[in-house]
Amino acid sequence: MTKIHKSKWAYVVNLILLVLVIIWSIPIIGLLISSLRPQEDVLSTGWWTLFKNKGVITLDNYKQVLGGSEYTFVDSTGATVRSSGDNLSRAFMNSFTVTIPSVIIPILIASAAAFGFAWMVFPGRKFFFTTVVALLVVPLQIALIPILRDYQSLGLTGSYLGIWMAHTGFGLPLGIYLLYNYISTIPRDIFESAFLDGARPMVVFSRLVLPLSVPAIASLAIFQFLWVWNDLLVALVFLGGTSDVAVLTQRLANMVGSRGQDWHLLTSGAFVAMIVPLVVFFALQRYFVQGLMAGSVKG
Amino acid sequence: MEKGKQLEKRGILTEIFVTIGRIAVSIFVPVVAFFILWAGFIFLRDSNANQGIIALVAIIWGVGGVALLFWVADWVVNRTPVHVAKKLQPFVFVGPALVILTWYLFLPTMRSLYLSFFDAQSKNFIGLTNYIFAFTDSKMLESFTNNLMWIILGTGGSVGFGLIIALLSDRSKFEKVFKSIIFMPMAISFVGAGVIWRFIYAYKPAGEDQIGILNAIVTFFGGNPQAWFTIRPWNNVFLIIILIWLQTGYAMVIISAALKGVPSTIIDAGRIDGASEMRVIRSIIIPYIFSTLVTVSTTIVIISLKIFDIVFTMTNGNYGTEVIASMQYKQMFRFYHYGRGSAIAIVLVIAVIPVMWYNLRQFSKREGF
Repeated sequence: MTKIHKSKWAYVVNLILLVLVIIWSIPIIGLLISSLRPQEDVLSTGWWTLFKNKGVITLDNYKQVLGGSEYTFVDSTGATVRSSGDNLSRAFMNSFTVTIPSVIIPILIASAAAFGFAWMVFPGRKFFFTTVVALLVVPLQIALIPILRDYQSLGLTGSYLGIWMAHTGFGLPLGIYLLYNYISTIPRDIFESAFLDGARPMVVFSRLVLPLSVPAIASLAIFQFLWVWNDLLVALVFLGGTSDVAVLTQRLANMVGSRGQDWHLLTSGAFVAMIVPLVVFFALQRYFVQGLMAGSVKG
Repeated sequence: MEKGKQLEKRGILTEIFVTIGRIAVSIFVPVVAFFILWAGFIFLRDSNANQGIIALVAIIWGVGGVALLFWVADWVVNRTPVHVAKKLQPFVFVGPALVILTWYLFLPTMRSLYLSFFDAQSKNFIGLTNYIFAFTDSKMLESFTNNLMWIILGTGGSVGFGLIIALLSDRSKFEKVFKSIIFMPMAISFVGAGVIWRFIYAYKPAGEDQIGILNAIVTFFGGNPQAWFTIRPWNNVFLIIILIWLQTGYAMVIISAALKGVPSTIIDAGRIDGASEMRVIRSIIIPYIFSTLVTVSTTIVIISLKIFDIVFTMTNGNYGTEVIASMQYKQMFRFYHYGRGSAIAIVLVIAVIPVMWYNLRQFSKREGF
């Protein structure tokens, strides 16, 4: 769309956006600053006082959260303190191992299903689709216990396969719903010409539908990624609490639990956990900006 | 003559032979595929290799396995006679999703429906008693009004701000910067969001240094510090603001993508005809992206309906902030009353039927159904 240049409206638009953006970022700025302040400051004064009176800035919280093992530092009174940090690097790796397939698998299955529902004729189509969409509202909590029992008899508890399947199952309704919305609006002509040329549905799906759906798939990928990366409940139930498989959120939650009032560590931990999703967002962002159906069909 | 007959005979024999061969191959290929997957599964379950290697193998195995399953299923279906293949083909696509959904969501829902007619220990049939509880208990009634507030304010706020920001940033040079910042909260887990918003709403008695910015502003202008989460019914609004802060990014991203799809020719035509910018937005852009707005609203309505984490971590449902999902959680995992917990879950599912009905009507307006 055309950008407005050199008019008073451009200033108004940017001004309104600037105000909104400032309001939106206040909580995050608060988090960032708090994560850089020593423990006693975080608990006694507001983070914004950092600007007023010269506050102390330190990277110790991050060192302690990321560093792992034991390390020493000198506290404000000059005494040397030994403290054990939280090693989040292993949790990082676990989070990736859990998240990547938990994003790709449901998207593969959901896009195939969305294609089937949108463009193929079979008995019970409307019934199945309605049911799938209705499952959107089913609260996760009611599925946890039955699935956990199934897993125990299959030996899947604590395994990556188990948690991928769980995230796939819980992510499918939204995935199918969003992708159906998109795939069903692809112009009919595209399919007709492909089928006339004798293409098999699988070929149409992999060569036409998937490439055409890249913007929708990218947005779904981001949301599924965020959901899985930030999930605590599913990980707790199906992965269990052992530290060799524990993901980032589990470690963070443990910090809340075991550290109660250690807000200085919580803030830096929360910030560390935020970084990966942000990188993913910026990496996939250009797909959102692409025109959705630009140039796929003429006339 | 003789020769022709012989040829025909051999033709039939070859046909039979080829068919048997085909069936054998059709069985052989899936078996091999299954065996490969099984070997991977055993390796992942029992291996003690380096964490990085396991992670890599796991990712390749998981993702490749699904692709392989699709490919094999399609391959097998294409080995069947054409009229059978045509009937089976759709199920290659929707089948895996249906199987997984049945296992993970449909059967548990049916089980809940069944259990909702039983007592706490799921032993005695007690008819509709749990549902009577769900619709008469004072805490439940409180949850219904609160959830309604969540749906209206939460969805309205997120979609409203999302639309405004998407429209405005579409007309700004700094689109990417603005959108990225609004999106940032989406990257935060609920655990993290809880930490962040404590720094906004934190309360300390008057006279002490406030560490919550809201109370700092209030005291700066000479007011008394407030314990925000205890002021009914506004405490619900304070919680809903957190949801709006989190979800506006989602609405904005989806709406923005739809805005990019509005053909510029239509918009330019409107402008040439002398329509004001507001008119262009109202009469051209909004109708064009209407189905996207419905989709976004639907997902946020569902999120509001299922809202749990924010309430659970911030107020634990105290001071009149209870919502349906946290009631369900408490009945199920605190009081171990499976009957009531299940009944409340079913009520949630029923509550969304009007939204879904509206959605399906939108779908049927398209060519699809």
